[in-house]
Amino acid sequence: MNVYLDNNATTMVDPAVVEEMMPFFSEIYGNPSSLHRYGTASHPAITKAINQMYKGINASDKDDIIFTSCATEANNWVLKSVWFDKIMHGEKNHIVTTEIEHPSVLSACKFLEDQGVKVTYLPVNDQGIVEAHTVRSFITEKTALVSIMWANNETGMIFPIKEIGEICKEKGVLFHTDGVQAVGKIPVDMQDVHVDFMSMSAHKFHGPKGVGALYIRNSQHLTPLLHGGEHMGGRRSGTLNVPYIVGMGKALELATENIQEKMASIAAKRDRLEDALLSGLTDVFTVGDRANRTPNTILISIRGVEGEGMLWDLNNALIGASTGSACASEDLEANSVMLAIGADNELAHTGIRLSLSRFTTDAEIDYVIERFESAVKRLRAISSSYAIVQPTAGGESAACAIHH
Amino acid sequence: MAKNDLLGGSLWDQYSNKVTTLMNNPTNQGEITQEECDTAGHKLIVADFGAESCGDAVRLYWEVDPANDTIVNSKFKSFGCGTAIASSDMMAELCIGKTVQQAVKITNIDVEMSLRDDPETPAVPPQKMHCSVMAYDVIKKAAGLYLGVDESSFESEIIVCECARISLGTLREVIKLNDLKSIEQITDYTKAGGFCKSCIKPGGHEAREYYLVDILADVRREMDVEKMQAAADAGASGDFETMTLVQKIKAIDAVIDESVRQFLIMDGGNVEVIDVKDSPDYIDIYIRYLGACNGCASSSTGTLYAIESTLKEKLSTKIRVLPI
Repeated sequence: MNVYLDNNATTMVDPAVVEEMMPFFSEIYGNPSSLHRYGTASHPAITKAINQMYKGINASDKDDIIFTSCATEANNWVLKSVWFDKIMHGEKNHIVTTEIEHPSVLSACKFLEDQGVKVTYLPVNDQGIVEAHTVRSFITEKTALVSIMWANNETGMIFPIKEIGEICKEKGVLFHTDGVQAVGKIPVDMQDVHVDFMSMSAHKFHGPKGVGALYIRNSQHLTPLLHGGEHMGGRRSGTLNVPYIVGMGKALELATENIQEKMASIAAKRDRLEDALLSGLTDVFTVGDRANRTPNTILISIRGVEGEGMLWDLNNALIGASTGSACASEDLEANSVMLAIGADNELAHTGIRLSLSRFTTDAEIDYVIERFESAVKRLRAISSSYAIVQPTAGGESAACAIHH
Repeated sequence: MAKNDLLGGSLWDQYSNKVTTLMNNPTNQGEITQEECDTAGHKLIVADFGAESCGDAVRLYWEVDPANDTIVNSKFKSFGCGTAIASSDMMAELCIGKTVQQAVKITNIDVEMSLRDDPETPAVPPQKMHCSVMAYDVIKKAAGLYLGVDESSFESEIIVCECARISLGTLREVIKLNDLKSIEQITDYTKAGGFCKSCIKPGGHEAREYYLVDILADVRREMDVEKMQAAADAGASGDFETMTLVQKIKAIDAVIDESVRQFLIMDGGNVEVIDVKDSPDYIDIYIRYLGACNGCASSSTGTLYAIESTLKEKLSTKIRVLPI
């Protein structure tokens, strides 16, 4: 049985979304900026997608939702344009973010540090989140922007966005949230929180890759990242990617309608899987309180089983999962999220992430439980951590010399 | 970075069939107990290297016949990825039947070569080479335990890049001989730094005693000092063409002071050296006349000829003097 449990990396495009996109490749292909009938033919579909987006995150009509090529673009746009607007051409010089943001936020922040911006990387607590009071204590009068993800990709842990938003509002600081792992998975209501900018990505909620969006509260100023033909009101130039915009709107509509029911259904399968692994295996633990986690995510640590080795065995069993601690990565770092949570180094190399979707079936869960347990059994049989015969005196390992 | 690098290769697809097979079914996985060894009158050696907290760990077991120091059986346990398990398995395989003294000569490169399907194609992608380094390290440790000596006594030289087994001495020599200026060049010439990259600079997978960036900087500094020294020596011995620019100007000034300037000053003039430009065929010396020489008719004929012929005679026949 093929089982895909890597839905925090990307998702299958819902066939209903593909169907919605199809006419906009070879039938209705005009440039929406053209004056003739071929250009305007796509306008009703784009308007529909825009409405689906506003409804999906309950944005106000005064807000902007600008389609981008991906969430990486949206994240870069906010960070680089706030730098341009408030730091290069303003009095500010400081950005607050967290240690466990997506690389598109962290790498952009490193770039800004190279340009002389001060960046504070907040640590997470043992639940893997940054508490609102921590954010408050690091905001100074020089702070231009707070950028904190809504939910974490590795753990699924949900951050206190409402509280952080109130603090930023009170302090008069711009607040950006990377909403990629939240939108389409949990209720996101932009009229209930004070967020200035939010990045989104269609392919995380069964839409196509290559399209994302940036929510901008109250249509406020943010210098464009892409200059050109004044598309999207001049906020983001580039010919509108009509089929993908149509797909993103449809995908968000499908993901957010009856979202409570969908969440309950996914969470039931997730909980069954998690409970089975926790009770069926010894020396395993999962990260983060389930009640404050996206309903599809499990990050499980398995003592004595290296993450990439485990992925190998799961892959042999036709199960796709992920590890944040790939032994192949150049710096061979332990899973940074797990280290931040305070897991000891040992366990930080043993994290496996299983992320479900609304298409995951009960039969798949049963299969994964069985194959996961047999993989752990096989790898522990090989593992030095479970060896019985102890080293000859003097043959013990020296302390770990690896840089963390 | 070019066309072939746009889509990073699939890591696992670059493994040899042997690596894949041994990962799925390691043949020497397991333990050797004290009881088994006691029965046969053999000695049990168990050595650990790495730790779970480092991301990989291996435990090596040897059953050694003390009569001839032969490893009659070898097993392993490993906490690691596929290549770590396959490398450990091959390491144990290579130990069996060898004496401890022979086994200690097995390197990570032997392990990797043995994992190849064909001799020309690496068994694992570059970033996975470090997995086999642990095999080398744990063998040294086991041999040290058996022979009762410190494992460092098996190393006659300092290894900077463990993956490619390149020593400090080799690196220094190659940098000097080939006038290498960058880490990329060092990797091209020696393969050092081309695998797990830990040895390039601090902050990689593993903390190291020596880093390529430091070695390169040190050697370059030494080379500069040597070059200066050589140039100074050449100056003293009169080898004008190999001098540095500053030395050349000083030498030219010395000749002018000694043989030319006094005559110019007597006529109310002077000369200064503006620049020296080397080309394969000529050494062009740019001068400027001062005072009465400036505009004097013979400054572009007789005086110029006198200056040029004196410099040619004293320094180099390649000299041309050009007034500006």
